[in-house]
Amino acid sequence: MRRTEGMIVRSIVCIKRVPDSEARIRISADGMSLDPSGVKFVMNPYDEFALEEALRLKEASGQGSVTAITVGPEEARETLRSALAMGADEGVLLRAEAAADGLVVARALADEIAAREYDLVLCGKQAIDGDNMQVPAMVAQMLGVPCATVVVELRVEGGVAKAKREIEGGHEVVEFDLPGVVAAQKGLNEPRYPSLKGIMAAKRKPLSEKDVTLSEPKLELVGLTPPPARPEPQIVGEGPDAVPELVRLLREEAKVL
Amino acid sequence: MRRSHAGARLTDEQREILLLARRFARNELRPGAAARDRNEDSFDPGPTRQLGELGFLGMLIPEEYEGLGLEMLTYLYVLEEIAWGDASVAVSMSVHNSLPTQTLLRHGTEEQKERWLKPMARGEILGAFSLSEADAGSDAAAITTQAIRDGEGWRLNGAKMWVTNGASADLVLMMVRTDEPGSRNGSKGIGAFLVPTDTDGYIPGKKERKMGLRGSETVAVTLEDLYLGPEHLIGEPGLGFKYALEALEGGRLGIAAQAIGIAEAALDHTRDYAEQRVQFGRPISEFQGIQFKLADMATRLEASRGLLYRAALAYDADEARKRKLSSMAKLNASETAVWVTRQAVQVFGGYGYSREYPVERLFRDAKVTEIYEGTSEIHRMIIARELYLERGSD
Repeated sequence: MRRTEGMIVRSIVCIKRVPDSEARIRISADGMSLDPSGVKFVMNPYDEFALEEALRLKEASGQGSVTAITVGPEEARETLRSALAMGADEGVLLRAEAAADGLVVARALADEIAAREYDLVLCGKQAIDGDNMQVPAMVAQMLGVPCATVVVELRVEGGVAKAKREIEGGHEVVEFDLPGVVAAQKGLNEPRYPSLKGIMAAKRKPLSEKDVTLSEPKLELVGLTPPPARPEPQIVGEGPDAVPELVRLLREEAKVL
Repeated sequence: MRRSHAGARLTDEQREILLLARRFARNELRPGAAARDRNEDSFDPGPTRQLGELGFLGMLIPEEYEGLGLEMLTYLYVLEEIAWGDASVAVSMSVHNSLPTQTLLRHGTEEQKERWLKPMARGEILGAFSLSEADAGSDAAAITTQAIRDGEGWRLNGAKMWVTNGASADLVLMMVRTDEPGSRNGSKGIGAFLVPTDTDGYIPGKKERKMGLRGSETVAVTLEDLYLGPEHLIGEPGLGFKYALEALEGGRLGIAAQAIGIAEAALDHTRDYAEQRVQFGRPISEFQGIQFKLADMATRLEASRGLLYRAALAYDADEARKRKLSSMAKLNASETAVWVTRQAVQVFGGYGYSREYPVERLFRDAKVTEIYEGTSEIHRMIIARELYLERGSD
C-alpha cells in the first residue's frame, strides 16, 4: 500500500438545509409537511462535522479543494453561503423541490459528483429532519466506491483513508482506498464558526446553480404525526416511604431501570 | 429573523454576520454569563479573545488596515446580540471597537496604524480606553495625570479610574495632561497616549466590585514614572480631549446597543416565564396586568431600537445632527433598559429577586448604561445645547 504524507484531497461535502433544532415545529394543515413559517433553517449539524473535516484535510496539506453540494429549494443557497463562509471553495445548488425519498436525492448527488474529480465525499451520517440515514450509503453505491458510516475519526494518508467508526459498545476501524464516502458522526471534530472575513470572502467564491429533475420517488410520504404530549407528572409520595413505589414505577412502567 | 431590525432589509452579508453573532451569543456567551457574574473576583478574557478570532474586533476598521470595513449599523446589530448573550463581554467589544481603534484610525500616523491598528483589527491586540480619574468623571477635563517631556519622549505619573480591561488589555488609549502643572489649560491641555500595558510603571489595581457587569474587568491604574517614546502620542499634544469626545460620540451608540441587548434578553426571559408560571389556576401570561407589562416592554424596546438606528444612519452619513442623535439614542436606550429590566424583575416576583434566576443580573447590568460614556444628565445637557446650536442652521 502506498502512503505519502500531504496528499492533495479533493473533497466534496453533501450538505442539507434543515430546521434549527431549537425551532418549534408545527405540522401544516395538509398533515404532510412542516409549516415553515417562523422556522429558522440551518445547515444540518452532522453536515457541519463533514464540512469541518474536509476543511481540516485541506488545511493540513495546504492543498486540495472543498466543494459543497446541496439538493434543495432556492433558499438552500443560504446554507451553501454558510459553507463558503466556513471555508469551502465552491458551492453547487441542485435546485429541486424537497423529496422524502433518500434514493432520489442520492441519485441527483451521485450524478453531479460522478461528473467531477474527487477523492473523498463527506456527508453527515443523517439529516436531523428526515432521519433517513440513506444518502451516504446510496451515493457510495451509485458511485461504486466504499462507504464508512458513523465516523468519529478520520485519517487520510496517501491514497488510503482510515476511519474509526462508532459501533454498539465500542469502535471499529476500517481502511479503504480512495475515492470513497465518509458519513460523519458527532465527535469527529468541533466545527468552527465562520469568521467575519470568511463571510465577506464568501461573496467572491463561485456558487453555481442548476435545476435538476428528481427521479420518481419510490417512497411516498403519507402522513406526519407530532410526538405525543408529555404525560402529567405523578407524585407517588414523600420521604423514604415513597422510594419502593418509585423504583417499581421506574422499573415496570417507565422501564428505565 | 426573530427580532426586527427596524424594518431594515438586511443584505445577505448582514444576515450571515447577524446569524453568526446570534449563534455565538447563544452557544458561547449566554451559558457562562451567570458564572462570570458570580466569580466577580476573577476575570475570564476567553470570550473577548474569541470575539477577536472571529473578526468582531475589527468590524469598524477599513480593509486596508486588515479590518472588515463595515458600517456602524451592522456593528450595532452585532453588538446588541453579543450584549443579549453577556453584557460584560459586550462592553469589551464596544470599548475596543469604538474608542482606541477609531482614534488611531482618525488621528494616528501610518506608522502607528501599521504597528497597532492592524493587529487590533485582527483581534491580536485588545484595546482599552482611559479618561476618568477619581476626581474627574462628568468633569473629565479636570484630570490631573501628568505627562512631562523627557528627552524625545514623555514621562507619565498619576492615577486613572474605571478602566475596562485595564489589566488584561494590551494597549490603552489614555488621556493625560500635557500642559505644565503651573499653567493649566483645561480641556486644551490634554494629550492622547497609546500605553502598552506591559510598560514598566503601568500598575493595574484589583478588579473593582461592582453592582453589575461583574464579568467585566474594571480596574484603577497607577502610572509610576512610566516612560513612552514619542511614537506613543497620537496627533497633537493639546488635542487629546477633543479626540476622546469624538470617539465617545460613536461609543455612545455602542452603549445604546448594549442596553437594548440587555433589555431584549430580559423581555425574552419574561415572556417565557409568564407562560410557564401558573397562579390562580392559569399561566400569568393570561392576565391582562402581565400582558400590558409585556406589551409596554416590547414597545419601548422597539422604539429605542428605531432611534438608535436613526442615529447610526446619521453617524454613517456624517450628518450635522449626529451628536444630538447619538446622545438621544444612548439616553433613551439606557433608561429603557433600566425600566424594562425592572419590569422583568417584577413579573418574576420573588424569583426575580433571587440570584438563581437571570433577571436580577440583567437589572444590575442595565444600570451602568445610564452612567458610563456620559451620564443621562450629561446627555440631556448635550441634547439641550445642540437644540440651540442647530437653530437657524436648517
